[in-house]
Amino acid sequence: MSTSTITAGSAVHAADPVRPRPRKRRFDVKSVAMIWGFAAPALVVYVTFVIVPVVLAAVYSFFNWNGLGPLDRFIGIDNYVRALTDPTFLKAIGNNLAIVVLSLLIQGPVAIGVALLLNRPLRGRTLIRTLIFVPYVLSEVVAALAFKLILQPNGPFDAFLESIGLGGLKQLWLADQNVVFWTLFFVLSWKYLGFAILLMLAGLQGVPDELFEAASIDGASWWQIQRHITIPLLGPTIRIWAFLSMIGSLQLFDMVWVLTGGGPVNATVTMATYMMQYGFQRSQLGFGSAVAVILFLISLVFALLYQRHVLRRDFEGAVGRGA
Amino acid sequence: MTTTTIPTVGQHAGRKFDWGQPAVYFVALVAIAVTIAPVVYLIIGGFRTTGQINEDPSAWPDPWVITNYLTVLTSENFWVQLVNSTIAAGFTTGGVIVLGVMAAFVIARYSFRGRDALFTLFTAGLLFPLTVAVVPLFTMIKGLGLLGNLWGIIIPQVAFALPTTIIILVPFLRAIPAELEDAATIDGAGRFGFFWRIVLPLAGPGLVTVGVLAFVASWNAYLLPLLILGDPSHSTLPLGTQAFATQFSSDTAKVMAFTTISMIPALVFFTLAQGRIVSGLTGAVKG
Repeated sequence: MSTSTITAGSAVHAADPVRPRPRKRRFDVKSVAMIWGFAAPALVVYVTFVIVPVVLAAVYSFFNWNGLGPLDRFIGIDNYVRALTDPTFLKAIGNNLAIVVLSLLIQGPVAIGVALLLNRPLRGRTLIRTLIFVPYVLSEVVAALAFKLILQPNGPFDAFLESIGLGGLKQLWLADQNVVFWTLFFVLSWKYLGFAILLMLAGLQGVPDELFEAASIDGASWWQIQRHITIPLLGPTIRIWAFLSMIGSLQLFDMVWVLTGGGPVNATVTMATYMMQYGFQRSQLGFGSAVAVILFLISLVFALLYQRHVLRRDFEGAVGRGA
Repeated sequence: MTTTTIPTVGQHAGRKFDWGQPAVYFVALVAIAVTIAPVVYLIIGGFRTTGQINEDPSAWPDPWVITNYLTVLTSENFWVQLVNSTIAAGFTTGGVIVLGVMAAFVIARYSFRGRDALFTLFTAGLLFPLTVAVVPLFTMIKGLGLLGNLWGIIIPQVAFALPTTIIILVPFLRAIPAELEDAATIDGAGRFGFFWRIVLPLAGPGLVTVGVLAFVASWNAYLLPLLILGDPSHSTLPLGTQAFATQFSSDTAKVMAFTTISMIPALVFFTLAQGRIVSGLTGAVKG
């Protein structure tokens, strides 16, 4: 995406005969100094605090290291073997993947449906949007604490169920290891559906009204219009949302850590909470780094495959627009 | 989807009664109820006593008490944490904007050797979440003697916000017409003059977008502050809220009050900036 837009930009420059020669493209010392002077602060901070730590994580992952002494106990791939043969870590990967899939299958359609309905002329639309957006602006920690209070045994949620005659459905929402995963998924959906809906609504703004008018003159029903015009045109937005959702689900930490701490009995452990629990809290920074690298590689594979097979079309479209 | 009965779109201009509208309002109401019920419950719960809550979790406050909120508002830790969150978010935002716009400016408007590589390096940053780098970051920050210091979270947050910032700003700055640059040059402005007097003012909306995104991320950040800041009297609001909830875990009402109050700044700020957040994110994805 990056390079394409750049070439598109310079193509415009070259094609413009009226413009005086673009300022000297050959390097005079002064402008090179100015250019790198502008880029340097960002580059230095970014390389020092993003690139270097990522590289260091890869290095640490081959050592048995508690973070204090010298880095001298090289153990090859033992940390990786240990992580990938630990049933708890495999469970964590499974949980992350389950949340990826459930989010796509459940949150996606719900968000699209609600956005399609709300994308009509509606009294109080701004207010509705603002309210739907509320959970997204809360930090995951605050949201998790709120639900911890609400879902406590015989707490307000149970009382609510009883008051509508569904008392029989009461569960130990956060303490029963067969239920807690679904509780977590519900709270995550509560937190992130509003964002998905808003993203979809923003995408819908880009769909021209004329198309609806033309289709309805041709006798298409509301649902036909949505099915054959709106949803396909919403494609890029849906694909980007899916991307953000997948990466977010793989890196899940704050919400789980505060809501359940990964428990009970590892029922909600994720890769990131596993790293915190077994890497940091036990001062096994080498092992924690190996877990981080695995987490990164899984995200990378997802990102690359997705970009290659799904997003490519959108970027090609963008190049077309740019030129 | 019960909405198949909705007549064609053309009709909701208002001539016939649109049966779709009640359905839409119903969906909207359900969505809103599910969304804000927990928040409203928390706000109201803060006005009860823990005794009242234990007796009947879903009743109305009787009588209304404000002592919970007063306790929070008069506790020193709350204000320290509020100030810390504000400082961290403010400096993160400022740092990201200054560093981001300078780098984005040269990437967007000058062709020089290494430009594509530079841009690619920054975009690659999207793939490196903080989670991956957090172990070495912790040891680095410790080595710099910044554990427990707000700078220990500000600097890494700036670094991790740079990729999104630059990706959003580059197309934005590229869109400034070349004629303006020529005009500025003719009027005798150098590159600094052009950057200062033309680019920065025109980039305003883009800067607001990236600023809001960085602010949101910093305000809600948890993992890094958890490792770097520690002790509640030096921490930010999310950490402080959690520490308070642990400390007073038996006093539900007080925890509700603290949680409610710690929501307010975020709600006010982000409600105001809502449009920016959305346009920023969609802008970022369309980059």
